[in-house]
Amino acid sequence: MKRRILFEKGAEALLFACALVSILTVVFITVFLFQRGLPLFAKTSMAAFLFGTNWEPTAATPHYGILSFILGSVYVTGLSLVFAVPVGLSVGIYLAELADKQASRGIRAAVEILAGIPSVIYGLFGIAIISSVTRTLFGGSGYSLLSASIVLAIMTLPTIINVTEVSLRAVPRELKEGSLALGATHWQTIVRVLVPAARSGIIAGVVLGMGRAIGETMAVLMVGGNAPIMPSGLTGKVRTLTMNIITDMSYAKGDHLTSLFATGIVLFVFILALNLTVQLALKRSISGTEGSAGA
Amino acid sequence: MESTGAKFDVTKLDLWYGQTQALNQVSMKIEANSITALIGPSGCGKSTFLRVLDRMNDLIDGVRVEGTVLYDGADIFGSADVIDLRKRIGMVFQKPNPFPMSVFDNVAYGPRVHGLHARTAAEKRHLSELVEKSLVNAALFDEVKDRLHKSALGLSGGQQQRLCIARVLAVEPDVLLMDEPTSALDPISTAKIEALLDELKVRYTIVIVTHNMQQAGRVSDSTGFFLHGELVEYAPTKEIFFNPRDKRTENYISGRFG
Repeated sequence: MKRRILFEKGAEALLFACALVSILTVVFITVFLFQRGLPLFAKTSMAAFLFGTNWEPTAATPHYGILSFILGSVYVTGLSLVFAVPVGLSVGIYLAELADKQASRGIRAAVEILAGIPSVIYGLFGIAIISSVTRTLFGGSGYSLLSASIVLAIMTLPTIINVTEVSLRAVPRELKEGSLALGATHWQTIVRVLVPAARSGIIAGVVLGMGRAIGETMAVLMVGGNAPIMPSGLTGKVRTLTMNIITDMSYAKGDHLTSLFATGIVLFVFILALNLTVQLALKRSISGTEGSAGA
Repeated sequence: MESTGAKFDVTKLDLWYGQTQALNQVSMKIEANSITALIGPSGCGKSTFLRVLDRMNDLIDGVRVEGTVLYDGADIFGSADVIDLRKRIGMVFQKPNPFPMSVFDNVAYGPRVHGLHARTAAEKRHLSELVEKSLVNAALFDEVKDRLHKSALGLSGGQQQRLCIARVLAVEPDVLLMDEPTSALDPISTAKIEALLDELKVRYTIVIVTHNMQQAGRVSDSTGFFLHGELVEYAPTKEIFFNPRDKRTENYISGRFG
């Protein structure tokens, strides 16, 4: 009897310790990132860092302005969503509502593979196909904001598709039946009842995809052009926050290195904000479901 | 058609869910402007039968139907347009299922999907009159008139169910199918809905599935007793309750099983 209780307690403690590791890791990463990055602001003001457009970390009088990269990240991510959201939503709706078993099995398998492809392969695909297509169609070098966005859009598709499908399937069956029984067509039911009812979940999925996109490094590095300048249009070269860190990391020293950690802090804050948005959206979607079961 | 009053004329209806037969040779005439109750133990096929009438069983994979169902003399499985059929035959479900939108938008949903667009002032007025009329007819208007534009999910269960009735009425149907509409409600809400049924039958043909025999006795004109997918007995409610011809009906009515 006693041994069994001891075993129970021991197992509980072990699992708790494992859970603690994940929390501690987050704390350590945060502390370490800030500890290595914050000293930069003794050398240059935060405003000059965030809103400066001049990135000359190795000049005699160095400048550490990363506005171009912040905007680069924002543009690339935003544009990728412009491509990914309509397609992802459509595929998610198709899978949840329209596809027959065989079609949905095939599509789901493809989407899973898409989610599992390493980003460097996406980069290769981007170099081989997308950059040459955009070069042919729109001119420029092909290594551009547009190419990077298209690659990112493909990479975020699985997230958006999956979350859309899951959210739609979670809509109570009674709502669908209620709409159809009123003589609404299947399509009207999807557009006017199911998608609005699944809205919070879908938004959470889009934001989740956004988080993936803004943190993506390798694929955008390979097709974005990586010039440390303000983004100059769809066909212009672009450098994102992630690209900035990875490009200079191999040789940066001293304040230059510190500035890369500070760039990391900015990225970290972006991701944190997106995650909070997801949590909020999901919380709202859960309370929404409770409401519809409502008493 | 020989009987002019029959709203539905069902002949030898069989229905299978995959390999399982849920309805067996059901024949039944349902009179217009009356309330027909369908009773029977769980799994007897009464809800399945109800859902055949507006073809809601189409939504379930692997359902096969044989036999004929005439609605106003026309075969519902034939050339009939299922959208038009469901527009004329409204359905109220067991669990209140208001859409996650405002009270007004819930009621306006049907008219809107059927093409009533509130673009001009006159159309807007027409729509809000229709919504108000439907809420009045569902005996809900006074309770919600100050919160028409708030979420329907904030209403009580009984109010939600009457909202669902209003939502159906707004489509201006001909028949109301009700699948245990009060089973999730408290006695007061139930009484309100039963009183409502009596008013509604003047204008609509009502078919109501209920597992509550007292309810069938109170509200209906005719009652059909289902057992194991068969229609055992179908007669005026008084006869079913006081003078059942089939032993099984008598056993069920007297509470010996079910």
